[in-house]
Amino acid sequence: MKAFSTLLDRLVLTPSRNGKLKLLADYFRDTPDPDRGYGLAAIAGTLDLKSVKPALLRELVLERMDAVLFRYSYDYVGDLAETIALVWDQERKERVPDEAEPSLSAVVTRMNALGRTEVRGAVRDLLDRLDPSGRFAFLKLATGALRIGVSARLAKQALAEFSGMDVTEIETLWHGLEPPYEPLFAWLEGRAERPVLATPAIFHSVMLANPVGDGDLANLDPADFAAEWKWDGIRVQMSSSGATRRLYSRSGDDISAAFPDVLDAMNFEGVVDGELLVGGTARMNSPTRTFSDLQQRLNRKTVNTKMLEDYPAFVRAYDVLFEGEVDVRPAAFTERRKRLAGLIDKTPHDRFDLSPLVPFSTWEELEAIRRDPPDPVIEGVMIKRLDSPYQAGRMKGPWFKWKRDPFNIDAVMMYAQRGHGKRSSYYSDFTFGVWTEGPDGDVLVPVGKAYFGFTDAELEVLDRFVRNNTTERFGPVRAVRAEPAHGFVLEVAFEGINRSNRHKSGVAMRFPRIARLRQDKLPADADRLETLMAMIDAREDTR
Amino acid sequence: MKPDQLLRPAPAGLYCPAGDFYIDPVRPVARALVTHGHSDHARAGHGAVLATQETLDIMEIRYGADFCGTRQSAAFGERIGVNGVTVSFHPAGHVLGSAQIAVEKDGLRIVASGDYKRGVDPTCAAYEPVPCDIFITEATFGLPVFHHPDPKTEMGKLITSLRQFPERSHLVGAYSLGKSQRVIRLLRDCGYDAPVYIHGSLARLCDYYVSRGVELGDLRPATVEKGDKTDFRGAVIVGPPSAFADRWARRFNEPLIAFASGWMMVRQRAKQGGVELPLVISDHCDWPELTETIRELAPQEVWVTHGREEALVRWCELAGLPARPLHLVGYEDEGD
Ligand SMILES: [Zn+2]
Ligand SMILES: [Zn+2]
Repeated sequence: MKAFSTLLDRLVLTPSRNGKLKLLADYFRDTPDPDRGYGLAAIAGTLDLKSVKPALLRELVLERMDAVLFRYSYDYVGDLAETIALVWDQERKERVPDEAEPSLSAVVTRMNALGRTEVRGAVRDLLDRLDPSGRFAFLKLATGALRIGVSARLAKQALAEFSGMDVTEIETLWHGLEPPYEPLFAWLEGRAERPVLATPAIFHSVMLANPVGDGDLANLDPADFAAEWKWDGIRVQMSSSGATRRLYSRSGDDISAAFPDVLDAMNFEGVVDGELLVGGTARMNSPTRTFSDLQQRLNRKTVNTKMLEDYPAFVRAYDVLFEGEVDVRPAAFTERRKRLAGLIDKTPHDRFDLSPLVPFSTWEELEAIRRDPPDPVIEGVMIKRLDSPYQAGRMKGPWFKWKRDPFNIDAVMMYAQRGHGKRSSYYSDFTFGVWTEGPDGDVLVPVGKAYFGFTDAELEVLDRFVRNNTTERFGPVRAVRAEPAHGFVLEVAFEGINRSNRHKSGVAMRFPRIARLRQDKLPADADRLETLMAMIDAREDTR
Repeated sequence: MKPDQLLRPAPAGLYCPAGDFYIDPVRPVARALVTHGHSDHARAGHGAVLATQETLDIMEIRYGADFCGTRQSAAFGERIGVNGVTVSFHPAGHVLGSAQIAVEKDGLRIVASGDYKRGVDPTCAAYEPVPCDIFITEATFGLPVFHHPDPKTEMGKLITSLRQFPERSHLVGAYSLGKSQRVIRLLRDCGYDAPVYIHGSLARLCDYYVSRGVELGDLRPATVEKGDKTDFRGAVIVGPPSAFADRWARRFNEPLIAFASGWMMVRQRAKQGGVELPLVISDHCDWPELTETIRELAPQEVWVTHGREEALVRWCELAGLPARPLHLVGYEDEGD
């Protein structure tokens, strides 16, 4: 545990990315298997550890110390896991030699083998045998509250740095492997072949595009690129191998159960990347339906027959990763397209089609096409290098996304709610509204809720406004002053907008976020509901 | 003799009515007994000062030759009469010259320990337990959360970091009296023999420690005016934490801020201070040392001052020992 807890202690206090990479790479190099693999899992968020309730920890610590002294200590430290880690040895303890401390893998294996009644005794024993820093790491892992400011991506970058392998290679293998990642380390250290994944029906990290920024395209030759529509559904990956068929979201969540219609139709072998949509395929000549129709099918555990009839799902294919058992990701985009076309051709017409390419010869031409797409369910274009292999992650260069201009409005903050996790001491979830005509003049009607898009410094400003301008409280929610001449204007950006009967305002925004704080504006200057309605109409008119 | 005739808290500090003197007074008085040289205990401007020779020397270094009217030095263990009260100085193990002061009259003995610690420290004489009726203890780290680890283990972290980040200048924050010299001595004891660069404000005190037989190795000024950033690549620079916010700190290459202090035990304290490498090295007792010392001395009564009085008073109550907080003001643990 020592190596891992020392690493954690250093990581939380190391601000620079390079510093973190160095600490991680040294840890991976100097720590033996299987410990480093569990350490990697803990950092990348893939570690499965039997959880321990804070209430049990309190009971355990109060078995050994006075409640008043514990309270003084907790008040001072402010964090339960850290307090317990520090007060656990009441008396001076003979220093445990490092070798006698249980290793991280011993802790994980032991915890996960416990029956329910054995947890209490095992946690007590582990706390006795660890040093304060080891106890802290263990308690944070067991209460699921480990926050160290290191992303899974950075951990993989550190693996790349310590081994000299390419990070995309590591990304590619990642979802097929499990803690403690021994075959991965063996390969990274050149002691073994590249791990062979048991079945290709596992999730493979997807390739992502960067938004087109100012001047990005200027030096690129349009002849080197293909364009295709960016559809407004959800990105999915279909995996089919023998009897195993899976549908994954782009983050790797298995959403097969909610889409039996798509799964049943997957008569191919391989891994295909595409957009999940509702409606009819192009091969059937019937229209693609909107995102709000797709929403009817999302976030469900199961689905009934009526739902399947009313909202039929299909996948519009973008790319192929495996053809049968053959990994075609290293092949060029044009080559993969050819294979994909052949594969889709043999699948059922009503469930799969091919995302068509958009011919263009200059960027100006593509710009015009992008602004005026032929289908309302299109949210922009994708630009892909003809010779690009399929690489997991978001590389700058091979793929770009060029969206229709995102929607933007000025709205007025109406309610605020406390956030979660590290934001729990801030009011960080905001309900905002726009003006509409009421029986006695203009009133604000809530149109959405946003809880990201702002910086920490901006959050301070927002939180202070909420605290100083509260008019009413309902549990964790506060209503704030929102009058024409007094209140807080938020510039809200969002990716789409639909009609909705579920919302009082009649509109539902997609992915709203707070783009800017508009302290320069008065609530009276904010947008009106009619503007939002016009956005929906404009969208529907483009059909 | 009633205890409060011998010692009692007063606005200027601990006062002895029977002998008409103060211990560690926070404002100028006619007669002061001083436990050690930290600025919250040793102030300038008293009429007469009685302290160990080291403490008197340190006061002179810090305040100038005329820091008091008359001075008298006390050897450890020597019994000295002050207006009919017997006083004696005993090692406290806190910093060079630090002492506990025993005050005695008519069979009643009170020991004012000043600041003290029990852990090993080659830069000063080790704490000696002095049997007494009433023990006055500090409580700077008087909470069960404070368990100071082995200082050599902590210093090992600095050595490891120097190896991991050989291009970065390691700035170690340490208070100028006691902690700085202890940190340098620890580095040497861990086998580090490269030059250590010190902030100008440490120079005279380091020289003094060396003159009293504390070897500190190759020390060089870290204040060369025309210094090139790269001169200090991978070097250890020791300075008072207050200097780290100055322009002085910016002369170093990718500085990595370490801080040697008992407060570094709590993660949030390190984070708030922008410390990248906390080193839990303290010149005060941690919780087990405080409670062990009280158990070992087994006085009739314990008076608690200086820090987190309520927790230690609570502990004494649970242990069946009469205890009370003194609520003295003006002590700000300069030394940790
Ligand atoms: Zn003090
Ligand atoms: Zn002191």
